[in-house]
Amino acid sequence: MLEIKGLEASIGDKQILRGIDLVVPSGEVHAVMGPNGAGKSTLGYVLSGRAGYEATAGLATFNGADLLDIEPEERAALGLFLAFQYPVELPGVGNANFLRTALNALRRARGEAEMDAPGFLKLARAEMKRLSMPDDMLKRNVNVGFSGGEKKRNEVLQMAILRPKLAILDETDSGLDIDALRIVADGVNALRGPDFSALVITHYQRLLEYIVPDRVHVLVSGRIIRSGGPELALELEANGYAGMVADAA
Amino acid sequence: MSASVPTTRLQATADAFLTRFAGIKASLPGDKSLRERAAATVRSKGLPGPREEAWRYTQLRPLTDVTFETPLHADVDAQALLGRLPEIAAPHLVFVDGRFRADLSTASSMVRTGAPSFGSGARPDFDPMVALNTMLAEDGVAISVPHDVDGGTIVLASLATGQNGRAIAFHPRHSVNLADGAKLTLIEIGLGDGVYFHNPVVTVSVAHGASLTHLRLQTESEQAFVLSTVYADVASDGTYDSFQLATGGRLARAEIHATLSGPNAIAHLNAAQLLAGSQHADFTTIVSHDAPNCASRQTVKTVLTGKSRGVFQGKIEVARAAQKTDGYQMNQALLLSPDAEMDSKPQLEIYADDVKCSHGATVGELDAEQLFYLRSRGVPEAEARAMLVRAFLDEALEAITHEAGRAAMETAIAHWWDRQA
Amino acid sequence: MTAVAETLDAVQSATEGGYKWGFSTEIEMDMAPKGLNEDIIRLISSRKEEPQWLLDWRLKAYAAWLKMEEPHWAMIHHPPIDYQDLHYYAAPKKKAGPKSLDEVDPELLKMYEKLGIPLKERAILAGVELPEGEAPQVAIDAVFDSVSVATTFKATLAKAGVIFCPISEAVRDHPELVRQYIGSVIPAGDNYFAALNSAVFTDGSFVFIPKGVRCPMELSTYFRINARNTGQFERTLIIVEDGGSVSYLEGCTAPQRDENQLHAAVVELVAMNDASIKYSTVQNWYPGDAEGRGGIYNFVTKRGICKGANSKISWTQVETGSAITWKYPSCILQGDGSVGEFYSVAVTTNHQQADTGTKMIHIGRNTRSTIVSKGISAGKSNNTYRGKVSVLKGAENARNFTQCDSLLIGDQCGAHTVPYIESRNPTAKLEHEATTSKISDDQLFYCRSRGLSQEDAVGMIVNGFCRDVLKELPMEFAVEAQKLLAVSLEGSVG
Repeated sequence: MLEIKGLEASIGDKQILRGIDLVVPSGEVHAVMGPNGAGKSTLGYVLSGRAGYEATAGLATFNGADLLDIEPEERAALGLFLAFQYPVELPGVGNANFLRTALNALRRARGEAEMDAPGFLKLARAEMKRLSMPDDMLKRNVNVGFSGGEKKRNEVLQMAILRPKLAILDETDSGLDIDALRIVADGVNALRGPDFSALVITHYQRLLEYIVPDRVHVLVSGRIIRSGGPELALELEANGYAGMVADAA
Repeated sequence: MSASVPTTRLQATADAFLTRFAGIKASLPGDKSLRERAAATVRSKGLPGPREEAWRYTQLRPLTDVTFETPLHADVDAQALLGRLPEIAAPHLVFVDGRFRADLSTASSMVRTGAPSFGSGARPDFDPMVALNTMLAEDGVAISVPHDVDGGTIVLASLATGQNGRAIAFHPRHSVNLADGAKLTLIEIGLGDGVYFHNPVVTVSVAHGASLTHLRLQTESEQAFVLSTVYADVASDGTYDSFQLATGGRLARAEIHATLSGPNAIAHLNAAQLLAGSQHADFTTIVSHDAPNCASRQTVKTVLTGKSRGVFQGKIEVARAAQKTDGYQMNQALLLSPDAEMDSKPQLEIYADDVKCSHGATVGELDAEQLFYLRSRGVPEAEARAMLVRAFLDEALEAITHEAGRAAMETAIAHWWDRQA
Repeated sequence: MTAVAETLDAVQSATEGGYKWGFSTEIEMDMAPKGLNEDIIRLISSRKEEPQWLLDWRLKAYAAWLKMEEPHWAMIHHPPIDYQDLHYYAAPKKKAGPKSLDEVDPELLKMYEKLGIPLKERAILAGVELPEGEAPQVAIDAVFDSVSVATTFKATLAKAGVIFCPISEAVRDHPELVRQYIGSVIPAGDNYFAALNSAVFTDGSFVFIPKGVRCPMELSTYFRINARNTGQFERTLIIVEDGGSVSYLEGCTAPQRDENQLHAAVVELVAMNDASIKYSTVQNWYPGDAEGRGGIYNFVTKRGICKGANSKISWTQVETGSAITWKYPSCILQGDGSVGEFYSVAVTTNHQQADTGTKMIHIGRNTRSTIVSKGISAGKSNNTYRGKVSVLKGAENARNFTQCDSLLIGDQCGAHTVPYIESRNPTAKLEHEATTSKISDDQLFYCRSRGLSQEDAVGMIVNGFCRDVLKELPMEFAVEAQKLLAVSLEGSVG
């Protein structure tokens, strides 16, 4: 369970998050929607521990463990996964090598046995098949020369292999055509279960047609101004953010 | 090794210049101690020889074959040369054989004439050509654009008459100062006939937020020695945007030192060299990033025919303090004849970690496939070649926004190409 | 703490953690007095029982050296070297050849153990003959200080007609070959350090691959510098005749010392028609301590000539050690269609200085060269790529591609690129690209958010940065090289 209480955060001197309260119980998928500049990506970065995104007040715990004071890799070991809006290129680093190193780092941290190369390849190939990714994707360098859609699919592949307990999807839908969107959504839906929760950060309602959330939160100017069921997303789609901001004020 | 022979000859040439200095120093204007310091450098270092790294590809030996005589300045007729200047509707500052000619020039409140203007920034103790210039400079202009003033365009022309066969040397010294927020386009044009040695030094100071566009059209005599040096200092938010086209000179070198001394300063040092016959031209740049967040761009194109030899040396220095530097340098050369030669030395010297610096260099001939493509569409070979060469040069030329300046460059390129045909 | 600051710490702990392989062995030495003069050269020559012509050649080189000056054009700084304060000859005392590992000097075995050399190889290194059929795939001519203590696989190689032996042995057994080729690629007076080497070289390897023979195994040499104040002046000569091929590996680790140690090796390669030579180096000599004290001065002249048509010489190097590296493995591409390659990773940390690169001299038609250089600077080090590509007039259709990338870790180091690109032929095509960058915070965060530790993330990104070079190494070395990069930059990995 992810619990966030009174979370405030700044980038440099600029306050972005102004007191977020949010609970995502295990097994649930929550969407965070909001206009540009609302602090959606900041929320994802603060939770996953990106340098420069400093929590200045409040709490964030995952299954009882304090998230804010630990390193990014320790958060990953707890089961956090951030699907990046702009996945980073790692020239010269093979996708397979990267994924296996990450998987084994997580397994080590969790006291599990490391996975050998053949076992890993079998797992990776199976997941790739499900995501309609060509095999040569494993041989290519991490995100280097990938199209926007390939990068996003690669994020979902990583998620499928690393099996996080909490996935934060940062605008994973941006730049995807409808087919890619469906594949990505299928990838997320396949992980759904009692031990998996997700925070789907998005600007548009479109993705939520494919990943149906249990709850929807509207983030504006660093605060959650409304929460509700999936119907909230439709309301937003119809009326836009402006109306809702006016209502909330 | 025979290296000692040219060294001795270089020494003899340096001595001849020192003798000239001894003869005229009493009448030279300005700071006497500065002149003596420069003379001391010439005395101790002489002219740069083949062992000097900065001059490894450009040897001054041909200069030692010439005895330079005292120039005659009375009654020099420059009308024919004036006619060869491109038409640019702007105030002109005209020098003939190294002397300012008020009768051919336009007066301007921004310009002070009558004496060399040494400015600051050039290093006579370090740079041998600057030392020679500092020792012997007899004339020059100082251009100053006041605070927030747009100085428009000024043409600075150097015409060399050839003095009816007398080989002469002249060392003009100019300074350009732009106060905070000032703007100016300076178009330097060099042309002439016969054998001579033109050794100008220009110091440039671009203050905070100021912007200098410095276009240089070097179409000097193909028998001339042209060794020019520019020292430019660019303060915060300032821009030094320079472009040089060189088609002239038997032995030519343009050396530009640009120092980005304040944050967000910008330097563009673009150039094109078109060489034929046994011409030798060297474009040497040293860009010093001394402050954070500065950007420098260099696109240098060289086209070589005949037995000509092109040289590019470009160095980007990034000091420890110059974080977030963005430095880019591209040098491309086209060899259009079997006897042409190109030497390129693009250099990075970097002491800051958060920087983005890259350089590239290519040397080759025209792309056979492109040529074939054009010809298969019916374009005759000569035209196809011209078209591809122009396309090659355009990448450097397109950075010129000054219309008349760009037109002058394009005309010079067209003339050069016509002469090759 | 920002990611970059943490990287710096990781690098610092790695570099200050000390030199993992810094140790020395106590083995009795036979040593010439300090200093360099004609008498010392005569002593070396007579100890080696050399023919007169070689002594004369040495003396000529010495005379040339006396007239030369130490070069100063590289971006390196060091206190003046007192060439009279060095020993120019040291040899381990001779013992009868051991029959098994039990008979081998335990000190020597301990040293191999610390180096992580596999048991079987240790036996080989120590000169123990293995039973027939157990032959490992690596032949090692171990240079222990100045004299080879072990040469193996002679029988296997001899069957193929390959000569692989200490150069002193080659002088004795194949004088005509040595006389024909020594100094033919790097003349005795080529440069200051090559002249010094020519005068005083004590040992090194000799390889001769006859016509049409592909050497049946990788050849490798472990160079060691072991005696206090002993300059090492190795001399390696590899000749591959028409259609032959060889892959030669050279790897080095050195004991920790306070005094600076001078190393001035010479490596000459000759490739005839259709011959191919692959020369790989992993260099990890003592780089000096965190304050820059001590460490090896490594002034090496390496050059190969592609004499024959369609021959190929490929240099691959991973340089992580030495206080100073001055090294430009080069190719003279004389034969039509010949190919030269240079793949290099140079890592500098603390106060290390590396000025390294290559020269590709295109003489023949259709010659091709590829240069890939990856420089990584950390700490207060300076890392310079210096390379020359020269296309001479007759080199029709010559091709060169050069890629030089620098990675800076921390803001106290320097990364420099000094290429010389010279073309005298319009049909030649030369391309050069250079970039400078740092490990971005984004890359580090991305890796860490997937569960990788800071050290693993740095290691992974650095290895990725060097991948184009590492993949050129033979398998035996690729693993060691990756380990070396990790040790140099990530922290001692646990």
